[in-house]
Amino acid sequence: MLSSVFFYLFATICCLSGLMVVSSRNPVHSVLFLILAFFNAAGLFILLNAEFLAMLLVVVYVGAVAVLFLFVVMMLDINYSELREGFQKYRPLGLFIGAVLLVELFATFFEYSGNIKSLPSPGDVHNTKALGQIIYTDYVYLFQLAGLILLVAMIGAIALTLRKRVGVRKQVIADQNARTRAETVKLAKVETGAGVKEISR
Amino acid sequence: MIAEITLAHYLTVAAILFVFGVFGIFINRKNVITILMSIELILLSVSINLVAFSAYSSDLSGQIFSLFILTVAAAEAAIGLAILVVYFRNRGSISVEDINVMKG
Repeated sequence: MLSSVFFYLFATICCLSGLMVVSSRNPVHSVLFLILAFFNAAGLFILLNAEFLAMLLVVVYVGAVAVLFLFVVMMLDINYSELREGFQKYRPLGLFIGAVLLVELFATFFEYSGNIKSLPSPGDVHNTKALGQIIYTDYVYLFQLAGLILLVAMIGAIALTLRKRVGVRKQVIADQNARTRAETVKLAKVETGAGVKEISR
Repeated sequence: MIAEITLAHYLTVAAILFVFGVFGIFINRKNVITILMSIELILLSVSINLVAFSAYSSDLSGQIFSLFILTVAAAEAAIGLAILVVYFRNRGSISVEDINVMKG
């Protein structure tokens, strides 16, 4: 009973914030609505007894991806009103395709014979432990592959955005360490009363 | 009295989110950042579908695949935003209509 109320709450906020993500005028607001959508999807996951994925959604999506989006939106100096010029022009096409897709999806899963009715109660093994028990045994190669994908993405993102700028004075530690005493320090014998002559290097 | 929440309820939420994502791609034809966010919405709706099926059929494989979708979505966002930053540095705009200059 209470879970039904929470389902409708999370589902409504999730769908409305999804709509606001695509129709918001300011991209910063879009990112913030995306974060709200992710939080409510995490709530839906908790109602489905998938606590581990819910927490992962909050940590990965809200903590990393959405913040990355926010960084990029604020870093790039763009005139966003210019980017919205086609908004009115493409709206009929978008609405038409959206309506067709929605009708198709509904037609598909009302056709689906719903023999799965009720949510099974969680067993004595909790969700995180159960996931760990199969992810490190049955799906261990896929798990390694996921790590590899993240590594490639990390290297790719760094390689794309790293740049060498000319005219910037930077500390080159290798050059500093390669200096020897002979080429930097010169001892000069100074005569009494004569003062320091010009020292040639 | 509110009816029991069934699988169809979760599939409805996922379908609506998916349609909003596709709608966002079509409506924001110029803004790459919003297109990337729409793709995130689509991936989120697919995740909801997988987790709902996994929960209602008592099979954890769906949640494992949802985990991999999460991984791929994170990688995709990182690479996409990196390309966006490089593109903005080179051309000073992120308009999608300028990107077809790469076409041979």
